[in-house]
Amino acid sequence: MTVTAPAPRLTVVTEASPAKLWRKRILSVLAHVALIGASILMLYPLLWMLSASFRPENEIFSGTLIPSSWSLDSYFRGWNGLRISFGTFFWNSLVISITSVVGNLIACSMAAFAFARLRFKGRNFWFAMMLMTLMLPGQVTLIPQYVLFRELGWVNTILPLVAPKFLAVDAFFVFLMVQFFRGIPRELDEAAMMDGCSAWRIYWKVMLPLSTPVLATAAIFTFIWTWDDFFAPLIYLNEMKQYTVMLGLRTFTDSTGESDFGGLFAMSVLSLVPIFLFFLFFQRLLIEGIATTGMKR
Amino acid sequence: MTAPAVEASVPHPGGAVYQSWWSRVWQNHAPGYLFLIPWLIGFLGLTIGPIITSFYLSFTDFDLLTPPEWVGTANYVRMFTADPKFIASMQVTLTFVLFSVPLKLAFALGVALLLNRGMRGLPLYRALFYLPSLLGASVAIAILWRQLFAGDGLVNDFLSVFGIQGPSWISNPRYSLWTLIVLSIWQFGSPMIIFLAGLRQIPQDMYEAASLDGASRWRQFWKITLPLLTPVVFFNAIIQTIEAFKSFTPAFIISAGTGNPINSTLFYTLYLYQEAFGFFRMGYASALAWFLLLLVACFTAFSFLTSKYWVHYDD
Repeated sequence: MTVTAPAPRLTVVTEASPAKLWRKRILSVLAHVALIGASILMLYPLLWMLSASFRPENEIFSGTLIPSSWSLDSYFRGWNGLRISFGTFFWNSLVISITSVVGNLIACSMAAFAFARLRFKGRNFWFAMMLMTLMLPGQVTLIPQYVLFRELGWVNTILPLVAPKFLAVDAFFVFLMVQFFRGIPRELDEAAMMDGCSAWRIYWKVMLPLSTPVLATAAIFTFIWTWDDFFAPLIYLNEMKQYTVMLGLRTFTDSTGESDFGGLFAMSVLSLVPIFLFFLFFQRLLIEGIATTGMKR
Repeated sequence: MTAPAVEASVPHPGGAVYQSWWSRVWQNHAPGYLFLIPWLIGFLGLTIGPIITSFYLSFTDFDLLTPPEWVGTANYVRMFTADPKFIASMQVTLTFVLFSVPLKLAFALGVALLLNRGMRGLPLYRALFYLPSLLGASVAIAILWRQLFAGDGLVNDFLSVFGIQGPSWISNPRYSLWTLIVLSIWQFGSPMIIFLAGLRQIPQDMYEAASLDGASRWRQFWKITLPLLTPVVFFNAIIQTIEAFKSFTPAFIISAGTGNPINSTLFYTLYLYQEAFGFFRMGYASALAWFLLLLVACFTAFSFLTSKYWVHYDD
């Protein structure tokens, strides 16, 4: 990875005049003030929604950020606000997201290994094709895919959402893994090859164990993006008992949402919790993952 | 598979001399294709096949229930001559792309430059600014946004402190699109991180040499930072533009799937969805999709072609 540790900074030590030092200090304070102000401005809406979800129903739109009295009513009301409880939606989202993670990890790492390490005729051509799919607007494959999955009888099942992941259609992750694999010293797999290891064993015993950072990054992003995905479930899942959390929220806004803001906010907050937890525990990994995509090797 | 065709700088161990032509080909190329099988099936079956099929469908009338019926270029003619909603959705999407991408990148670069001055607490700021990017795609955030910019929403509460009576932003066609642009700018964190990584790679000694020569910070920015950062600017601009073209969820949630008021949030993707899955005009929707593909392809080709005039690669 290119940008893990901050590069040590060599600053030229010049004999700075006191006036200059003061100017520097003031500028730095101003910069902190600006950054703190911007952070508050940006995060305030999130905090507001969090606080609103814990307020009693009659106080949702009033009062300060810290509720005068805490209440979990909105959560109970929201949880059972629709014909089917949000428990079902959370379970559905979890199943779809975890299956997608498994699919992406297997299929994308296999393709990336082929592109990064194996030599075969047409490799550069297929690699260029893979890069092109990165820029493809999904709408252009949408309708034929829908027709295909409909013919297969997959509409109203989770298959149209998860099966493509086992075919490495998320080119972004293939690309990310290719970049990482290329950074692994070649001597390692050459040594394994000299020992007579098959390509499969090199992939399984050498590359994957050395690639845990990129695999973790891909897993977390797959989870978050699948969890957040609205379009595919909207098209393929039409029965409420199969709804994901995002579809549940949408139905909530359309039906009871206008009257029950508390429940809506509570469920919205709850839907963000898994993503927030990933952010809390893995933000370094995620930030490095994002940073590497923009760097060329 | 005995000897794998792992790419190596050393020649293959073991004599490959008396192998037949076929087994040599097999050993050299098979492992690569075996590993590529899942991707290849996906690429041919879920990408290339559908692209071709949707090209064909764009010349037909197709409602999913009866077989597609060939209508020639009628769909495309209708798009450009008899469909005000198509024009409206194109305007909305182009406005969105034209404003949200440059503003988002400007914010991202500005904050990255500020953070790159060796600020204390950089990891914390970086994380805080990144959080909206991570959460932003969610339906929950779109719901929050709808509430923020409602007539009695948080934004107007804030404005009333200064005695300003704000309109209902989301239900006013003059402002509704701007609430979505603001939502997009709010998520400047991820291009900011890429900018930060790019700034780290600029050799520090260039600045030292420049300041020894008496170049001001302002001059250093224009003569060193920005030119050396152009590859990253280019990358971010491409990625964000494609993302902006694809945007769907916020407009759908905020307008309850309609694209209203007066089509002011009718994103192209939203219109396509309405045509395909609201009215089941699959042929017409395919034509819309193909036009989008052409548009994105033209944009990408144009950017890559012009990039050599403004993107500096150090090799």
